[in-house]
Amino acid sequence: MKQEFNIISNLIEKNTRVLDVGCGDGVLMEFLKNNKKIDIRGIEISKNNVQLCVGKGLTVIEGNAEKDLTQFPDRSFDFVILSQTLQAFLNPEIVINELLRVGKKAIVTIPNFGFWKVRLHLLIKGTMPITKNLPDEWYNTPNLHMCTIKDFFNFCNTRKIKLDKALAFHNKKTSFIKNSNLNIKNLSAELGIFLIEK
Amino acid sequence: MNNINNIKKIIVDKPLKLDCGKIINNFPIAYETYGTLNEKKDNAILIFHALTGDQFVSGVNPLTKKNGWWSYAVGPNKAIDTNKYFVICSNVIGGCMGSYGPTDIDLTTNKILGTTFPVVTINDMVNAQYNLLDFFNIDQLFCVAGGSMGGMQVLQFINNFPNKAKIAIPIACTASHSAQNIAFNELGRQSIMADANWLNGNYSNEKSNPDKGLSVARMAAHITYLSKKGLQEKFGRKLQKRDNLKFSFDADFQIESYLRHQGSVFVDRFDANSYLYITRAMDYFDLIKQHDGNLSKAFIQSKTRFFIISFTSDWLYPTSENKDIVIALNAIGADVGFVEIESDKGHDSFLLNVPEFLETLKNFINTSYSLN
Repeated sequence: MKQEFNIISNLIEKNTRVLDVGCGDGVLMEFLKNNKKIDIRGIEISKNNVQLCVGKGLTVIEGNAEKDLTQFPDRSFDFVILSQTLQAFLNPEIVINELLRVGKKAIVTIPNFGFWKVRLHLLIKGTMPITKNLPDEWYNTPNLHMCTIKDFFNFCNTRKIKLDKALAFHNKKTSFIKNSNLNIKNLSAELGIFLIEK
Repeated sequence: MNNINNIKKIIVDKPLKLDCGKIINNFPIAYETYGTLNEKKDNAILIFHALTGDQFVSGVNPLTKKNGWWSYAVGPNKAIDTNKYFVICSNVIGGCMGSYGPTDIDLTTNKILGTTFPVVTINDMVNAQYNLLDFFNIDQLFCVAGGSMGGMQVLQFINNFPNKAKIAIPIACTASHSAQNIAFNELGRQSIMADANWLNGNYSNEKSNPDKGLSVARMAAHITYLSKKGLQEKFGRKLQKRDNLKFSFDADFQIESYLRHQGSVFVDRFDANSYLYITRAMDYFDLIKQHDGNLSKAFIQSKTRFFIISFTSDWLYPTSENKDIVIALNAIGADVGFVEIESDKGHDSFLLNVPEFLETLKNFINTSYSLN
């Protein structure tokens, strides 16, 4: 978790306006606020989490990213972060479009469904994979649209979304994802971290 | 209303031009304070009251002998901690707790003003109360807060004085009074004016009082402050001190008895003409129209940190209307937080013991103060 936060933090320039979409109880916001001189806001669907954020002195509004990002003007943030929640939306494509409208750049992290352990789980056990990053059963998972690093990579390419940085994260190590190593990273990484812009 | 002459007042000698065009001067603002203003004068919180509130926000109201109207939220160690903050609250103009209103005497005729009192607006109320900052020699308030009509005053205050408060907390309110809100207020006014004792507003000079009309107005309004679920859970179809229906128009049901009680205690503490004036001020409130349809313009000059709170079961000032304020603030990149609190207690939630609300309020205020 902390490593992912560090990577995100390194992608963000100081003195910028940042929006954390689906900020949860504000751990990432707090981390970024303490690490970087930035003006950070959050939007979160759970009332309880919003209240926890308020207790931490964070500026958060209760709202649903699928509907409520519309209230932010075009390019009103320098960075918009979506940390491991893309797969939970009804329509991830609309959310990505909104992130890229509201933010000059977006940072999207995804748990990689192409990770070898996930593949092996399905192959050997024949049941929906359960891993550290994907701990829920098929019937109660909030994840509606799982994707792989390769899926997201291709998604960006076909939609002419610029991949400023594509990072694979595994075993505390970060590496770049390129066209040439895409298949390998798609197999070996637990998490994909993307800095994208339109 | 005994002791009304003993309450704290300032007399505003600076002329105030009202929205109706009339200029008033040398008028009283009745106020109360709690806690102590610190040396830096950075801990002052101005609270605005709602329709039937007054300056007695906490402790015991010296006139009604009941707890202050926001006792759950304001007091020592409460969400708005008077051990830490200096809380000021004043009676709005048009009110009947000592500030300039229809129960005052017209010095030229020596008669009680009644409906010869000018129609006032939320803007007028806020401008009048602003004089308290001068009186206490406070350059910038730490916080302005209020629910319902108090929330409207918070919005108007920031509009009028963009950087006179560090944080602003409008609760369960709206930027523009809706048709439904106006309709309920009109029902209340018509009830008062239909009372034969109202005498075109001149009842005080004739030693009369439109008790019945004011009481019915209060009963109708009280229903709008609650939720269907809340009413059902508290009263259901329970009978009032009887085993069977009486086949009469007595208060058979507990809810009837409850509303009658609410109406009857209200007339002892509130003036019917004040009720007309204050509901009118609420109806006239439209901060969106003040800015030609663009609410964001109301806040564009302000650096104030906002936190907006609504309640799930509040159908009088629903979440959607509170969210419109959030949207207007986000559109200009203002610092705004928002939460909708889960509660079955309807619009009245902000006045009641709703722990999640009080906790959130406390957290926002204290964390904001520590950022100072």
